[in-house]
Amino acid sequence: MAHSSPKNPHPDTLAVHAGQSPDPATGSRAVPIYQTASYVFPDTDTAAALFDMEVPGHVYSRLSNPTVSVFEERMAALEGGAGAIATSSGQAALHLAIATLMGEGGHVVASSSLYGGSHNLLTYTLPRFGIRTTFVPARDPAAWKAAIRPGTRLLFGESVGNPSVDVLDIPAIGAIAAQARIPFLVDATVTTPMLGRPLEQGAHLVMHSATKFLSGHGVVIGGVLVDGGRFDWEAGRFATLTEPYEGFHGMVFTEESPATAFLLRARREGLRDFGACMAPMTAFQVLQGLETLPLRMARHIENTRTVVAWLASRKEVERVHHPSLESHPGHALARSLYPRGCSAILSFEVKGGREAGRKFIEGLALFSHLANIGDAKSLVIHPASTTHFRMDDAALAAAGITPGTIRLSIGLEHPDDLVEDLGRALAASQR
Amino acid sequence: MQFIVQGYPAYAYTGGVEPDFKLPAIVFVHGAAFDHSVWQWQSRYFAHHGCCVLAVDLPGHGRSPGMIRARIEDWASWLVALLDAAGLAQAALVGHSMGSLIALQAALAAPDRVRRLALVGSAVPMAVGEAFRAAAREAPDVALDMEAAWGHARLSQLGASAVPGSTLLGASRCLNARSRPGALAAALEACNAYRPDAQALGSLAVPTLVAAGKRDQMTPFKAGRALASAIPGARLVALEAGHSMMSEAPRELLRALGDFLA
Repeated sequence: MAHSSPKNPHPDTLAVHAGQSPDPATGSRAVPIYQTASYVFPDTDTAAALFDMEVPGHVYSRLSNPTVSVFEERMAALEGGAGAIATSSGQAALHLAIATLMGEGGHVVASSSLYGGSHNLLTYTLPRFGIRTTFVPARDPAAWKAAIRPGTRLLFGESVGNPSVDVLDIPAIGAIAAQARIPFLVDATVTTPMLGRPLEQGAHLVMHSATKFLSGHGVVIGGVLVDGGRFDWEAGRFATLTEPYEGFHGMVFTEESPATAFLLRARREGLRDFGACMAPMTAFQVLQGLETLPLRMARHIENTRTVVAWLASRKEVERVHHPSLESHPGHALARSLYPRGCSAILSFEVKGGREAGRKFIEGLALFSHLANIGDAKSLVIHPASTTHFRMDDAALAAAGITPGTIRLSIGLEHPDDLVEDLGRALAASQR
Repeated sequence: MQFIVQGYPAYAYTGGVEPDFKLPAIVFVHGAAFDHSVWQWQSRYFAHHGCCVLAVDLPGHGRSPGMIRARIEDWASWLVALLDAAGLAQAALVGHSMGSLIALQAALAAPDRVRRLALVGSAVPMAVGEAFRAAAREAPDVALDMEAAWGHARLSQLGASAVPGSTLLGASRCLNARSRPGALAAALEACNAYRPDAQALGSLAVPTLVAAGKRDQMTPFKAGRALASAIPGARLVALEAGHSMMSEAPRELLRALGDFLA
């Protein structure tokens, strides 16, 4: 007998509806902005029960908020997870994941192709709290395996690295993580659930900077951490989840809920004590973006294909880095993991090195020179002097960045206008 | 908390407190391929409100090792043996789905041990379609997808969750994924085959509550209503939820149980 799973709503439908019912108080079809710090308790017994996790509900907006919950539930549905926690930024999501899983003596194995901010956190800041990181190449599973040591509590990489556009071998590293019984966190900011779902490919946790494609318009700072709910915390060495937590009435999170133990601790300790929660207005703005994410990502990818092909044909360009090109080392992997396209981010090297790069950026009129990606507007930056300037030459090389590397984030403008702007700037770079 | 039941360790969640066996006891019984945590909210609430709570992991589920039983009658014997192991002369039994049949059968077999009986998402008989049972035998992942989808109100993925930040269907599917191979198939066969003695059902003297979800896709509301009318004096509570009332309507179910168990 052939068996087929029940039909689930498509991602395009989830992006518009998941996590929201018309407001029970007013009937509002749009997600209401619950701009409130706290919530009136109907009686003292309910108040105590809410505080003690005997009934679900909202107490204080640092812990949860109805508008923010819609975003969390929508992201969990899109990623195929058990639940999610929205944070004040992508960086806060990464910190929350790490702080929930480990303390002093903890160790992370991370891809060397990371956003500069994540690299800063892992290299310079967390060692002060006794947490150290070993960086390994994104597509070298053997190096990941070799870097694991007894204190390792997390494997971490970006689905598509920023800015080198390195493609993370999620299935291979996921298999290593499963074998070593260590959770694997993927930062899927660049790919979004519209291009790939890391939890289905082998990751256990997924995070995003919601500032980028999820919100899509460059108007908010936010992040989100999604729990796949499948990792067996009790088989590993995760005392924060399996031992009584005196900070919450001796609760053993894996006993309370085997499938959502990570989320419980991250919310009950991480949001409570570190406090990096998402604001309701931010959640509303990200949700506005999410509703059109499927449409936008298709256009981002289409425009990027045009720009990549055009740049690759230009004599002023030394090299273009994008997985859609056969010359890219992640080309085959990208085709298998991201059949619809994998990145609206690309980097390239203009002939003439740093000086030509400077002239190129200053020659652009339509592209905005700024430190962000994933905006409706096309963006450009010179990583070696900005986002990654704290990295030494070896770390830059490991991240696939040279002094002449230029990163583009392709927006939603008409592709002819983008090519026109790039053409003028390339000509200026060679003068 | 661990007990030894029928020769094997048996785990029961006690609601986050040391249980006081002198208090009125409530034993919560989960359904197919789940564990004690489906009662997360209700068990914790009653444990903090004057009750001795045991939310069990049935043998072969969650933290309880042991053999998966093939018949509801055998699960029910285990449940009565758990009351013995815990030194409970009487307890209220609250069961969900397959757990409701286990609780019902325990009440039929040992009515003097059951103070009250709450059947959540129940039907007698609990017919399980051949497609679902065959999938559980031959394609367990597909069967677990069915369990998750049909175990909640239709299109529940699209609405707001009663538990902030959780996707009820996703979290439920993740919990199912932890079940032991074969657990779902055995449970579905046991539910499908169970036929309690109609005469015994019609003369059951244990006060009974049937909580039925108006949008239940597994055990339709009308089946819950029929069950309530088959048990003398049984009370029927209709909830705006699918089959997983514990998470889909946690506050409403708590209120119904609170009124009934008080």
